[in-house]
Amino acid sequence: MTATTYRTGADARISVEQWIRMYRRMVSIRRFEEQVNELYTRALMPGLAHLYIGEEAVAVGICEALRSDDYITSTHRGHGHCLAKGASPDRMFAELLGKEAGYCRGKGGSMHIADPATGNLGANAIVAGSMGIATGAAFSAKRLRTNRVVVCFFGEGALGQGVLYEVMNLAQLWKLPVIYVCENNLYNEYTHYSETTAGDILARATAFGLSAESVDGQDVRLVHEAAARLVEASRQGKGPAFLMCKTYRYHGHHVGDINREYYRSKQEEQGWKTERDPIQRLRDWLIKENLTDAASLDRIDSEAKTEIEKAVEFALAAPYPKPGEVDQDVYA
Amino acid sequence: MPEAVRELTFAQAVREALAEEMRRDERVCILGEDVAEAGTPFKVLSGLVEEFGKERVLDTPISEAGFTGLAVGAAMTGIRPVVDIMFGDFITLTMDQMVNQAAKVHYMSGGKWKVPMVMRTTLGATRRSAAQHSQSLHAWFSHVPGLKVILPSTPYDAKGLLKTAIRDENPCVFFEDKMMYKLRGPVPEEEYTIPLGKADVKRAGRDITIVATSSMVQVALGAATLLEESGISAEVIDPRTTWPLDEKTLIESAKKTSRAIVVDEGYVRYGVTAEIAAVISAGAFYNLDAPVKRIGAMHVPIPFSPPLEDLTVPTENVVFEAARELCAHA
Ligand SMILES: Cc1ncc(C[n+]2csc(CCOP(=O)(O)OP(=O)(O)O)c2C)c(N)n1
Repeated sequence: MTATTYRTGADARISVEQWIRMYRRMVSIRRFEEQVNELYTRALMPGLAHLYIGEEAVAVGICEALRSDDYITSTHRGHGHCLAKGASPDRMFAELLGKEAGYCRGKGGSMHIADPATGNLGANAIVAGSMGIATGAAFSAKRLRTNRVVVCFFGEGALGQGVLYEVMNLAQLWKLPVIYVCENNLYNEYTHYSETTAGDILARATAFGLSAESVDGQDVRLVHEAAARLVEASRQGKGPAFLMCKTYRYHGHHVGDINREYYRSKQEEQGWKTERDPIQRLRDWLIKENLTDAASLDRIDSEAKTEIEKAVEFALAAPYPKPGEVDQDVYA
Repeated sequence: MPEAVRELTFAQAVREALAEEMRRDERVCILGEDVAEAGTPFKVLSGLVEEFGKERVLDTPISEAGFTGLAVGAAMTGIRPVVDIMFGDFITLTMDQMVNQAAKVHYMSGGKWKVPMVMRTTLGATRRSAAQHSQSLHAWFSHVPGLKVILPSTPYDAKGLLKTAIRDENPCVFFEDKMMYKLRGPVPEEEYTIPLGKADVKRAGRDITIVATSSMVQVALGAATLLEESGISAEVIDPRTTWPLDEKTLIESAKKTSRAIVVDEGYVRYGVTAEIAAVISAGAFYNLDAPVKRIGAMHVPIPFSPPLEDLTVPTENVVFEAARELCAHA
């Protein structure tokens, strides 16, 4: 660590540079997602996308605790995870537009970004679809002694899938280095999670002997602190863990989900946006603690905006894959 | 059909079938993700929870295996469940419940238990939804004895077939092409049902038989119009159910025209087109002037990128060209 400013308590080991990096990442993700919405609205993006706006602190706080060769698996709401793990926005946009320059040559699209270079095993459009994959990557890490840790991101809707309980059992039996990160944004599509989820969520993990905790997912400092601790323990051979991050998606389930009042109120949405915004919170804290000033953060904001705008331009100008691409890569 | 027959969309026809059956029979209930207030992402079920209440239109957790299995047990014991699997791609999660349980219970129990349930789900590509939300996997269920598989191609058929499926004493799987929900067509106000296992001649013709399923019926009809312009008279037949299969109608038509093409949006290899082509080849062997031609999805996972995705599904032009080629056979 290079910085000289250290914080106390939970923030003890985090340098100012790291906080600034996390701030920049969160802002980038938000600008990225705003552009995705824009592309959809202007009918420039094929299909739909599930925006991560509001949940940025989860991906960023957690990925900041990972090595670049650690693995993640992601979900249909995955842009934030991929960016936080180091994906570059231009190739992400290219993928979302189905272009050859995209991470998956345009074959995957919004819900399937994968990138071995950043340890991204892939986003998955099947709810709970990557739980086996994440656990298997942890098996490899242990077996091959790479000392890697795997983070399996999933929404609270995935708690409904039985495979989670099968892999948590396996991971605990075999002490695999995997962290199951449940992003509880309160809604499975259009249904409040309390209508689909019985009992105590953390108890589902502790029943298998995993250490399990819950954290305010709108506070990147708390998310990061918990993640750093759990990842380190897992890396040291203590086995799997379960982390629930309480969060909120500001937009609809997907970009086309505009009229939402039948399942949640505008007031509720407004409350989360104005009182618990993760970017604003970090910003306020950084300034209050005199770790930086508003002007520096404004500069980051505008740099992020420019970067994202350039990335969109790149993707819009990029060519589609050639027709011959269609039957490539069915087999290795 | 009488003149001013009312028109409904495919989605409205499905909803009306469910509503009528739920009014007729208290035991019918709907289970699935976001089926109540949300009325499913495709809004097919909008309004049903308002009429029938949350006891009969039940939002489930995202637990396809669990609620499908529950439906099997409920069907065995006095309920007539209609299970909603949002995307056909997710039937994979229900496979044990459908294949090893629902399909087997009646036979294994020596005919003692029955499983009168319906699974409604989707198929079809071109929605730019990529490889896990675009598949047409109806051949999987068609392979399993004990299951009936229904593939409506019009609002009229959707309504009549769904009502029959709900009244059937066996597990039935009902596939709706998600790209057809807005398709409009005549649906009479009066009550009607359509038997399972009865093909429908969607257009009569002399020179070639085009057997098509689900949304491929529209593609085949489009191709038939093009063919007519080049002087070829095509007969378009929709089997409507892959099992039971109306072999007789298919074979009779092929005998008459002496040429046949089978178009289905599933994969060609080991698929619905393979079965139907085999049935026609065997049944009309001495009358055929050309081998039966099969057209289906390209043998690749469905790609996201629009120019690639469009290459993977059969189109009017592909069917038209194939038909012309077959008709060039002496
Ligand atoms: C197995 C499966 N069932 C259903 C769906 C349809 N679906 C897509 S996202 C979603 C809700 C997921 O909720 P959650 O896991 O909480 O994630 P969130 O969208 O809230 O981020 C559903 C039901 C799916 N993709 N996969």
